[in-house]
Amino acid sequence: MEIQLDQIYHQAIESLSAVSDAEALKALSVQYLGRKGLITQYLRGISKLPADQRPAAGQQANQVKTRLEEEFQATSDRLALALQNADPGIDVSLPGRIPARGTLHPITRITQTICDIFRRMGFDIAEGPEIELDHYNFEALNIPKNHPARDMQDTFYISNNVVLRTHTSPIQVRYMEKHAPPIKIIAPGKVYRCDSDITHTPMFHQVEGLVVGDRISFSDLKGVLTVFVHQMFDDQTSLRFRPSFFPFTEPSAEVDILCVMCRGKGCRICSQTGWLEVLGSGMVHPAVFENVGYDASRYTGFAFGMGVERIAMLKYGIDDIRKFFENDNRFLKQFI
Amino acid sequence: MKVSLNWLKDYVPVLLTPEALADGLTMSGLEVESLEDRYQFLRDVVVGRVLHVSPHPHSDHLNVCRVDIGGTAATIVCGAPNVQVDRLYPVARVGAVLPNGTIIAENQIRGIVSSGMLCSETELGLGPDPSGLMELTGAFTPGEPLASALSLFDPVLELGLTPNRSDCLSFIGVAREIAALQHNAVTLPEIRLPDGIADIHGLTSVVIDAPDLCPRYAAGLVFDITVGPSPFWLQDRLNAIGLKPVNNVVDITNYVMMETGQPLHAFDYDRLAGNRIVVRTATDNEPFTTLDHKDRELPRDTLLICDAEKPVAVAGVMGGFNSEIETATRRVLIESAWFNPISIRKTAKFLGLNTDASHRFERGINPEGVIFALKRTMSLMASVCGGTPVGGIIDACPRPHAPVSLTLSAAETNLLLGTQIASEKMGPILSKIGFETEKLDDDRWKVIPPAWRVDVSRPVDLMEEIARLSGYDAIPTTFPMLTSGLTAVLPFQRIRETIREMMVGFGFIESINYSFIPADSCDRLRLGDNDIRRRTVRVINPLSEDQSVMRTTLVPGLLMTLQRNLSQQQKNLKLFELGNTFIATESEQLPEEREMLAGLWTGNRQESSWHVGDTACDFYDQKGVLEGLFSALSIHARFSRVKATEFPYIRPGYGAEIWIGDEVVGVVGELNPLVLEPFDLKQGAVIFELALAPIVKAIPCTRKSVSLPRYPSVSRDATFIIPKSRESGSILDSIGRIDHPLIEQIQIFDVFEGGSLPQDHKSVSFRITYRSPEETLEDDRVTRIHKEICDQVIEQVGARLPQKDEG
Repeated sequence: MEIQLDQIYHQAIESLSAVSDAEALKALSVQYLGRKGLITQYLRGISKLPADQRPAAGQQANQVKTRLEEEFQATSDRLALALQNADPGIDVSLPGRIPARGTLHPITRITQTICDIFRRMGFDIAEGPEIELDHYNFEALNIPKNHPARDMQDTFYISNNVVLRTHTSPIQVRYMEKHAPPIKIIAPGKVYRCDSDITHTPMFHQVEGLVVGDRISFSDLKGVLTVFVHQMFDDQTSLRFRPSFFPFTEPSAEVDILCVMCRGKGCRICSQTGWLEVLGSGMVHPAVFENVGYDASRYTGFAFGMGVERIAMLKYGIDDIRKFFENDNRFLKQFI
Repeated sequence: MKVSLNWLKDYVPVLLTPEALADGLTMSGLEVESLEDRYQFLRDVVVGRVLHVSPHPHSDHLNVCRVDIGGTAATIVCGAPNVQVDRLYPVARVGAVLPNGTIIAENQIRGIVSSGMLCSETELGLGPDPSGLMELTGAFTPGEPLASALSLFDPVLELGLTPNRSDCLSFIGVAREIAALQHNAVTLPEIRLPDGIADIHGLTSVVIDAPDLCPRYAAGLVFDITVGPSPFWLQDRLNAIGLKPVNNVVDITNYVMMETGQPLHAFDYDRLAGNRIVVRTATDNEPFTTLDHKDRELPRDTLLICDAEKPVAVAGVMGGFNSEIETATRRVLIESAWFNPISIRKTAKFLGLNTDASHRFERGINPEGVIFALKRTMSLMASVCGGTPVGGIIDACPRPHAPVSLTLSAAETNLLLGTQIASEKMGPILSKIGFETEKLDDDRWKVIPPAWRVDVSRPVDLMEEIARLSGYDAIPTTFPMLTSGLTAVLPFQRIRETIREMMVGFGFIESINYSFIPADSCDRLRLGDNDIRRRTVRVINPLSEDQSVMRTTLVPGLLMTLQRNLSQQQKNLKLFELGNTFIATESEQLPEEREMLAGLWTGNRQESSWHVGDTACDFYDQKGVLEGLFSALSIHARFSRVKATEFPYIRPGYGAEIWIGDEVVGVVGELNPLVLEPFDLKQGAVIFELALAPIVKAIPCTRKSVSLPRYPSVSRDATFIIPKSRESGSILDSIGRIDHPLIEQIQIFDVFEGGSLPQDHKSVSFRITYRSPEETLEDDRVTRIHKEICDQVIEQVGARLPQKDEG
């Protein structure tokens, strides 16, 4: 019996080494390990042996079977590998199937960035109509009819009393009419002024902010806008607050940032001044509080506003504001 | 406003460098927009020494000169009679630009090449003498720049003044600010009026019929003047700030206006009927010819300066043609008045005139400066025009200026600014710029602003002065202690962001178009007469007809964007826009603003590559995007064949109205080819537009998770033959109406036309998936249910099953 088992094993190994395709391997597998294969037959023969030899013979036979199975697997792997090595494969240098990718408009993207920064500082977002009553756009903001301050904003008129809003400040007035202090809001949106050249479009976007409460001070205004500029640009961007005039704030300040292009050395972008005007701001004028029924002797607050296009032009190095509204596919695709 | 530093030195010594001065002014609220040396144009003008002079061979009045211009000798043809060897003259080198605009180039003068120009003082704008070359006496080196040789340096500041600072529309006003920066004082010009002849009161009178519009009117007389060109110094100063000299009388009124901020007007006394002044308002459409020779009709409340018979000036805006100063004028009446700012502004706006005078009156001039300016003008006219002032002035002042008195609390100021400025310091800060201050107690000051600060009327205005004069830089940087309102994010804001993310994910590029559209957009879209989108809001003063109405749909904007892109060979586009449309309403003052989402797909379905050929996008691509969007938002929307009356810009038969509930919320479909030409399009597109409000309303507030099924599903297919004109949706609707509880899903997996089917029919194959949440379904049961459903569909829709050979 032992010799026979040994023979089977050696024959099998010999045959395996000569096998060159999967089909032959399968046939061999049947011949040796199949239900009627040699190993199976041998195992069946064990029952005819004397009882005391059976355990040893069985053990031996199973060991051989296991070894053969391993050899068959190894051969199978060898064949598969050979087959893979023979496969020329695909041309991986060809372009893949790129899923279609869209982009947000750069103005949307910058608006979202601005809003996110203020949201993190606890601001709520308020909205309002784009076509406004003269009252909300001007009068309530301490800009009476026939006041020279109206010249600061070239206005599109719908009627004597209705205008395309020239800033998003009317949202602040409407919000104050409906909410008592403390309030902390930003108001993003489209605004309109009749002006058109390389730095002006008749429609553009603003984000304005308003904070009202007890003991809100000009130093708080400086703090909030400093945080904003550092988040929007980087914390190396220094700020300069410069006295200015807006009818709805007092004191008022223009906020300049160190030129993001030349870092203050002076270049074309900053007209050689080293500074870029990016925000208008100030302490809310008591007349505005009086107009919305707030107690001007109790509450103070600050307001600020910025042009989204201006920020986007600086962030992305865009030199002509009109490009934002020409919507050239190639232009829009650049902003991810 | 332009300010020449040399001129400014008449009123205040300038201690700071021009750059430091510009920076100081900017940081205290007078923004310096530019700083330029007014002698910049002399950079190509140098000192030249004439080495040799010989007569021009082809001219009897020209000379050919060799001139040392520093290192090299230039040949210059010169016509001046006074040119002499070894003398020094200014030479404009090739490339120089003279004040009159002449560009010096190398050119041939009668056959001889001249490289430069020997100049007279007039040619360089440096003096009045045009007769010969400007001779330079002094130890100058040839080649030395003329500006440094003659110490010509005059920085000119261009100030961008905010509307509140009318006091700085004058040299004296700016000098006050500079004095505050430098801690020194302003000196006002001295007025020397020679003893007058006679007395003004016997020679003229001023009657004010409209005291509210003209609270003060002062007049003076100067006789025996000679009208002519101004002396060089006067012309030079006006030139320095960009004012064109006219004649000595007009130049003096302009000069004093620039100096004091008080607009002045000179009338020819002899052309005033009755030699007197009446200030009144205009009658309805009163005719008048202004100085600019324009005939105008003035509205009723226009303030007029009149003589005994007729208007002679539109008050504060422009004088009249009929009283203009002429060469023959010998006697002038000088007006120095204070007019109501609103009245002047209305008139200037109405006439479309923005003069230096109206600009100042509108913003408010110093009511106490009227007399000073008048006397200053009279004294200059005496000295410059050789005139004799008439003794005395008329000062008609029916509404005297009442100074405001304010109380400033140091504590409140520090609270507002976030500073800790000592109360003792606040008074002196304000008195530095002319405010009268008086300490009331430890905290409070009584403050009377100077008359020229017409912008200061509240304590907060004083706080601003404290802030800007102590410097915004000195204010600390803190963060507000404030609880947030923490109102919920508005549904619109949230959904807008989701929609944008989805559209970008679907490969669409966001565009933003102007809210204005061309007035004829509705015609171009073929909208019906009663279409609501024809209720446009019109802009009264548009920049152009193409931007004259507010959009009532986003479609025209997208089509115009398509047109621009096609013209740039961008032929494959997937664009979307989210924005407001505006529908005019009759009842309300404000139009209705509707937020819309619109999109446009044109060209290829996919970017062309080696994987796929170029396949044009179609209705189903665009519809699929919307279905994807609705599914993401958990909205159930239905699509039905578009009605040409509602959406005439959609190709009939190739578009669908979109329904949510029982409301049409939008449309998707192929652009009607008839719309291409009106929008100058060479390529069509599939477009959609949706109203956002119904979508926001339809989105479920909460989403509950559904447990996954435990038992297997069973699918059965069914193919129906229906006429081509019938939509597959009718079958879906029919199955939907049966509403069998075991139906989990219905899919259309094949649509077939042609073959052995009748020409006007199509076959549509459905796969219906059945599942029970409670048990494994048995085949027999499913087969029975499926058969029942198919039979009902056939009956309800008028469909039939395929015959054998139609399999």
